Parts: sequence; structure tokens; C-alpha cells
Amino acid sequence: MDLFEYQARDLFEKHGVPVLAGAVATTADEAEAAATSMGGKVVVKAQVKVGGRGKAGGVKLAQDAKDAREKAAAILGMDIKGHIVGKVMIAQAAPIEEEYYLAILLDRSNRTFLVMASVAGGMDIEQVARETPEKLAKVPVNSNDGISAQQALAIIRQAQFPAVIEDQVASVLTLLWKVFTSEDATLVEVNPLVKTSDGRIIALDGKITLDDNADFRHPDHEALIDHAATDPLEAIAKEKGLNYVKLDGEVGIIGNGAGLVMSTLDVVAYAGEKFGHVKPANFLDIGGGASAQVMADGLSIILGDKDVKSVFVNVFGGITACDEVANGIVQALEILGETATKPIVVRLDGNNVLEGRRILNEAAHPLIQQLDTMDGAAARAAELAAK
Amino acid sequence: MSIFIDKSSRVIVQGMTGSEGTKHTRRMIASGTTIVGGVTPGKGGQSVDIDGHILPVFNTVAEAVATTGANTSVVFVPPKFAKAAVVDAIDAAVPLVVVITEGIPVHDTAAFFAYAQAKGSTRLIGPNCPGLITPGQSNVGIIPADITGSGPIGLVSKSGTLTYQMAFELRDIGISTAVGIGGDPVIGTTHIDCLRAFQDDPNTEAIVMIGEIGGDAEERAAAFIGEYVTKPVVGYVAGFTAPEGKTMGHAGAIVSGSSGTAQGKKDALEAAGVRVGQTPSESARLMRAILKR
Repeated sequence: MDLFEYQARDLFEKHGVPVLAGAVATTADEAEAAATSMGGKVVVKAQVKVGGRGKAGGVKLAQDAKDAREKAAAILGMDIKGHIVGKVMIAQAAPIEEEYYLAILLDRSNRTFLVMASVAGGMDIEQVARETPEKLAKVPVNSNDGISAQQALAIIRQAQFPAVIEDQVASVLTLLWKVFTSEDATLVEVNPLVKTSDGRIIALDGKITLDDNADFRHPDHEALIDHAATDPLEAIAKEKGLNYVKLDGEVGIIGNGAGLVMSTLDVVAYAGEKFGHVKPANFLDIGGGASAQVMADGLSIILGDKDVKSVFVNVFGGITACDEVANGIVQALEILGETATKPIVVRLDGNNVLEGRRILNEAAHPLIQQLDTMDGAAARAAELAAK
Repeated sequence: MSIFIDKSSRVIVQGMTGSEGTKHTRRMIASGTTIVGGVTPGKGGQSVDIDGHILPVFNTVAEAVATTGANTSVVFVPPKFAKAAVVDAIDAAVPLVVVITEGIPVHDTAAFFAYAQAKGSTRLIGPNCPGLITPGQSNVGIIPADITGSGPIGLVSKSGTLTYQMAFELRDIGISTAVGIGGDPVIGTTHIDCLRAFQDDPNTEAIVMIGEIGGDAEERAAAFIGEYVTKPVVGYVAGFTAPEGKTMGHAGAIVSGSSGTAQGKKDALEAAGVRVGQTPSESARLMRAILKR
């Protein structure tokens, strides 16, 4: 889960990383109140999970509370690269002298953690890496060793931070490591980390990505979920424990196993090239060993998607038994009755396939068509969606 | 021959007394695997009867190894306790540890992976993987044994069901070993490790490599194939239609910016001489053409 800037700020504060006062507001009134309590100049910042908001006009300096109110009113509701601004952060303004960059992230390629540090902060770090790689220090960190104070200092020196602030920045780095490990983050990034004219080092803007797999040891992370941005069908699927992602096509997809479902989306998209360019409407993985109930839940969600014109159920039974899948389809159609109107193409193979096919043949439901191969079934589902 | 597991594999099941552990122990035994015991902390001294096989349960992996001579462990322990279980197996210097558990926090995986590297005596496979099978000899994990028999094709994939699909498409030819390496961002055994082992395995004639979006493992594998692999390799990559920023089921399957795309992976593989099919069936046909079967 990617966090908003204000959420990252709060987690920084919780672990002692130096930040400025900041408050989140969803209305102009709240923005004015926050600015009043801070006093003086403030910055009004759009809270969106996408880069480039400054250029898009989503960050404005306000002279006073009245001005903050006006700036917030202008920014709230703004569309930044397809993200509608629902919240702004009101942050204390600071006299910035220098801008730096610090990050800790999971380095998948090397299967370790990585610190990145640079004195060229405030800009796109990928650009720095590309154009002036000598200005970006990259240092792997062993998960079991962590970052000692001494090591932090060595990294900061390697990145050529000015000597007068190296102790301060190294201390921020050790605090960020604390955020990274104790919150189970896969990315903690501060850009920019600033030096103010009065010599303070402050994390001015931050990004945090949390590992959803670690939710079981962070009950407090639940409150960070942005429910407003969650697709309603995705929310229902999550409640039922299904792995569902809404996409923008017409062919509903149900399969078992992440890899096979991803592959099914592709095969349907290829087939769709011949049939009016129809595309997959979703990703839905019913997982291994799915019961009839899980299959029925999945099919109900797909059939409840108004964009869906046809459905493709593609199952290779490993642990999952094809007869369970077939029973799930039949049950779902019984429950849905006449509200189910979309054709369902089914391809079953693997564990108990003969019994699965027999159940569907016997049910002889007018909406169900069975095909033997994945490619053939994908083509039929695409053809039906294009009608 | 085969890679990583064969007739001589003596397997313990960590988490054997749990429902998943018991279910899959039964399936592994039924497909001919030599299961020699289980480990569940606190249940040492008990035994479990699985279809007439009386299997001892130990408190630690070290005890299990000392008593049974196990050389392989398969882990079905829930995410919360998985790190402790894997560390226990690494401490016992088990040469092969296969972690089936899905949903382990990546900080835990990074920690036990680094620990295994430092100790240098354990190969980890997974986590979040279906395990591996050498048909007719040993089946460690959850791959159904009845899809295909023994044959000349080595198969490596992040995904379980795509492994099954591909083995099914090529069932008349058969496989030497199929390895599901798992879909998490950090995994113990990579495509490259398997490609090297298949290249060095005299019984593997050709290799099918299945990739998916996210990370750069396929690009690295492509570079490795160019340098090291002389056996024919057929590829398949899933996730061409996956949108940026959305995780597709596997924790590691996500396109971020321009990195991790299926097209990038396909291009890299083809540049290394790998023939890449547009669908699993097409990849299977390419393999048939290469083996002339």
C-alpha cells in the first residue's frame, strides 16, 4: 500500500524523524482552521499518490489563513493525472537553503535492502541516476545487520553531504531505517530532505510503501487505507477474501492461480483483437483449492459488473477440483436466477475434470458453454462480448 | 537425473500437523515422495498416522535431521511463524528448504534469505511457491503428480497454475524436473539458478521458462541464457495486459513505470535466442517443434 504524504509525515513524526507541523484538510474550512492554528505562511499541498503534482499546480504557498482557504478551495477537486484531489495537507512554510535526497528500499534484483542518498535532492531521482550517477550513492544493507550510527555516517560521507551537517543527516538516516523496519515498509523516501536557513534538517516530503503481507502485525495500518479510492467491486471482493482487480474491458475473467489468470487476460486480449478489440474486464484469482462457495462468490461479483458482456471461467485444477468449480457455477446461477443474463464460457482441465464437465453438461444451463482449450475458449468469450 | 530432488530426497514437513501440512503430506506420499517426519514446535514426541505411514513429529529441525537423516524440508507453516521455521531449518543446515507459505512479510523473507546466504549450506526455494517435482521420484510441495510423467523437458516458473498448464500441454513428452520458484519480490532460488542446473543436468534436453511481470528476473535470466545455456529454451511471459501500479495476485507481479513490463521481458528473452510464445499453448507448440515431437 502506498501512503499519502500526510500519512508518511505522521509515521516520520511517530519515529522521531524531524518534520514540520502539518495537518490534513478535506474542505476549505478545515484548511483555514489548520492554517490559523499554525500561524504565518503555510504551504497547501494536494494529496495524490502520483508524481508531478507541483508542476500540475497542486502545491501553493499561502500568505495567511485566508489565503490558505482560497488556495485549498482551488486545489481540492483538481484532476492531477487522473487522480482527483480529495485532501490537501497544510504544512508550515520553511526557509529552504538546500535540498537533498534519502531513501531506503527493497532491492528485488539483489534480494536485499538499499540506501540511496544524494545531495541533488528536490528533483526526479531517476533523472539524477541517469544523468549524474556519481551524485547518487547506493549502498546495500543486510537485513540482519541494519544500519549502525557509524555506517549511516559512512553512507552520508560517501554521498558527499557537507561536513557540517553529516551528523544530523546520518541521524535522520538511522531514524528512517527505524521507520522502514518497524513499519514493515518496502520504500521510505524523503525528497526533499532540506536544510533550512537556520541550520535545521527536515524531511519536507516523503513517500512510504507498506508491505500488505505484514498487516497481521500492524493493526494500526488498517486506518491508512484509502477507502474512497477503492473500487466498490474490489471492496466487495476483498470482504469475501477474493483477489480481484477491476480493469476497463468487457470480458469478465475468473481463474485459479495468479499466473494463469494473468495469462488468461492476455489470451483474451489477443483474441479480442479479432472481435471488436474487446478486453478483459477484471483480474479475479479464486486461489488454490477453491470451494464451490468461493467460485459462486466470484461469479456473482463478475456478473454484477455492468461493464461485463461475457464471462470466461478458466480453471486448471491442481489442488482445486473441477467438480467444485462446476458446482460453484451452478450454485451461483441458481442464486442469481433471472438476474444472470451474460453468457459464461467455461474451460476446465486437471483435477476431477471429467466430473466437472459432467456436472455442467447435466445442468445444461442456457448461459453456459464449455470449450476444451484455453485459446479456443478465450476466442469464444471475446466473440460473445463483441456481439 | 533431475535437478534439486530425486529418489534420494528424504523429506521432513514443517507444519505437518496443521491442516494444509497434513493434506499435502498425504499427497506427497501418494506420489512416491520419501517423507521421513514432521516438525511442529511443542508437539515433539508425537506421531502422525498418514494412510498407514507412522511419521514422527519433532520439536526442531535439528532433532528431525539427527533422527531421520532428512536432507530436504518443506515448509507449510503460517506466515506469522514462517521466519522462525525457516531459520530453524537453516540452523540445522538442511541442504534444500522449500517454502510453500503464501503471505510472508518481505522483511522476514529478506532476513531468512540473508541468513541462509551467510550460512552457505542451504538452498531456499520460494516462498509463495508450489514447490518442485521430479516425476516418479520425488514431489516436494503441492504440484499435482498426475499431470505428467518423466521426460526430457526442464520447467521453471514463478506460477503454480502456469506450471501445471504447461506440463499438461507437454504431458506426452514429460518433464525432468518442474520448479515453481514463487511469485514474491524476494525468492530463494531464481530462474537463473534453475537454468544453470538444467543446463548441467544430462537428462534435461530442453527448457521451458515461464515469467511474469514485475522485477527484472527475466531480463537477467535472458542475459544468463546468452552466456551459459546451450540447450534450447522456450519462453512464455504472462501479464501483457496488466495495468501499471496494480498488483496482479502475486506480491511481486506489478508494473512500476517502465520497469517490469511483459514486453520488456519478451524482448530480452528473444534477443537471447529464446523463442517466446504468445499463449501457453503456442509456447508448447514451439517446444514440440524443437524436439520434433
